[in-house]
Amino acid sequence: MILQQIFDGLTLGIVYALIAVGYSLVFGVLRLVNFAHGATYAFGAHIAMVVIVSANFGLFWGFIASVIVTGLMTMLMDRIALRPLRIKKSKGISALITTIGCSYIIQNTLMIVFGSRSKWFPKIFDYGNFNVGGILVKSTQVGIIAVSVALLLALTYVVHKTKIGLAMRAVQQNSKAASLMGIDVNKVVSFTFFLGGASAAVAGTLISGYYQIVNPQMGFVAGLKAFSAAVLGGIGILHGAVFGGLVVGLAESLAAYYIGGGYRDAVAFIILIAVLIFRPNGLFGKKVIEKV
Amino acid sequence: MKIQNPLNLLNTKPKKVTALVIAVALLLILPKTGLLSPYLVRILTMISLYSMLALSLNLLTGFTGLVSIGHAGFCAVGGYTSALMWQYTGLPWVVTAIAGMIVAGIVGLMLGAPTSRLSGSYLTIATLGFGEIVKMIALNWQSFTGGPLGVNHIERPVFFGITLTTFNSGFFYLSVVLTALVTLVVYRIVHSKMGRAFMSIRDDSLAATLMGVDVTAYKLKSFIISAAIAGLGGAFYVHFVRFLDPNTFNFDISIIIISIVILGGTGSIPGSFLGAVLLISFPEILRFASEYRFIIYGLILVLMMRFKPEGILGGHSNRKLRLMKGVDTYGY
Repeated sequence: MILQQIFDGLTLGIVYALIAVGYSLVFGVLRLVNFAHGATYAFGAHIAMVVIVSANFGLFWGFIASVIVTGLMTMLMDRIALRPLRIKKSKGISALITTIGCSYIIQNTLMIVFGSRSKWFPKIFDYGNFNVGGILVKSTQVGIIAVSVALLLALTYVVHKTKIGLAMRAVQQNSKAASLMGIDVNKVVSFTFFLGGASAAVAGTLISGYYQIVNPQMGFVAGLKAFSAAVLGGIGILHGAVFGGLVVGLAESLAAYYIGGGYRDAVAFIILIAVLIFRPNGLFGKKVIEKV
Repeated sequence: MKIQNPLNLLNTKPKKVTALVIAVALLLILPKTGLLSPYLVRILTMISLYSMLALSLNLLTGFTGLVSIGHAGFCAVGGYTSALMWQYTGLPWVVTAIAGMIVAGIVGLMLGAPTSRLSGSYLTIATLGFGEIVKMIALNWQSFTGGPLGVNHIERPVFFGITLTTFNSGFFYLSVVLTALVTLVVYRIVHSKMGRAFMSIRDDSLAATLMGVDVTAYKLKSFIISAAIAGLGGAFYVHFVRFLDPNTFNFDISIIIISIVILGGTGSIPGSFLGAVLLISFPEILRFASEYRFIIYGLILVLMMRFKPEGILGGHSNRKLRLMKGVDTYGY
């Protein structure tokens, strides 16, 4: 039974990792907590729902459309709301409040367009269940893990092996120096937002297919959990976000089993506050020394 | 011995106190003129309540520079303390409300102490987590808080044998008096050594430390006072609507409060009133827009940060600095 909980927890965890990576990417480049990331995730799920359920185009095109539309939406958000703040050299907290505002705009627009009630979403990768060593493995879970791992590997490849990834890492280290070396910082930031939005869209579609439910508020708690995961691993660090996601998923699943379902959402917040208090830079983060 | 003017004891500029007293008196007479329907009285009460909550957040966010988006959590603590104390002991509102303030203040200390090292975004997210944790405790500790069913039929406050209702405008009077008191308290704090310490932390906490300001202690004081005022607001609200459940003080409330502070002006007391008047009355005036109210709150946050991050009335005064009589700048 415990093995079952661990497996279910890891399935959730890998999806949280996917969302957490989005936080980490944006934080790495901009030192900004993108509060609208949870709403982006819900947005992606709704786009997928429109394409798969309403337009009946099937899962593959649902993923593609959701990734592209959500990615473009986040790029647009950066272009309209955040870039002017960078030009003005506003305080970091202004950008955070802007993303809070954006998250509210996205979430409530979804609510007005689609209604606030939960809507049905088809089960994805549904080819029946297997029994592996006493654990009930659903084909949906296998599909979710496969897609998430593939996407995480692809993201790692992009960040570490490609030219744009090199530019991202350069901006992360020192954006001024990067721009002096001929890197178009705004383009890099846009691309980063696209990656973040795309991974959130895939995660939203996967989770919707797992629970078979979509609603506009789904992003709030999921976003917070993924943020906890990103902070736990050390925000801005990709493998940290993946590790954090797995830990949060596992902790949630075990807490629901041992303490009670009512507290399953609380676990992530308790992890978040504990990490912020005892190790604000996360497990893999380096200590930041404040220079005067 | 010189007899001091009692207003000087408060050490507030007499003009401003007079203005406050006149404003309160006018507001108190207002319902008696018969010009206001109970519906309007209710809206005015809400504006007054939100002014109080905005002042409380302004002290923390506008003056001390600690952005909280979990402020509804403190309201919930105050509200639950007051409602549950009434439910279990039947004590009058004044006692339960003060208890609500004290408990909210203690919770503010409990949140402020461990998070005092955090800065900027991290603190903001921690306050958000705090708000959610309060909600979850209220939801899951069913034997004590009533869980999802909440507390029902909460008694209205009674003063001198008169039960306060919306119809006799009692709640309106109470909210105006409370808001006036809170305004006076916040005004006095801001114009004291403590207030200057708060603002120095907001502007540059490192420089404040170097000037001998105990940053951690003042951050905690700001948290405690702000939380206590929010707790008072919560304790007022639950006896006003006579119902309390874990969703009464949700994240939306926190967003409304921070929108008021940001629109009206961070670090501006009149700004908190202006923000509350604008943001609480607009869904009532623009009925067709009430469906979109949260989109509009979001837009306000985005647009204000883009064009006027210090808010309508916030920021530095444009008024010229007036020097004392006999002091000349000699052309400078």
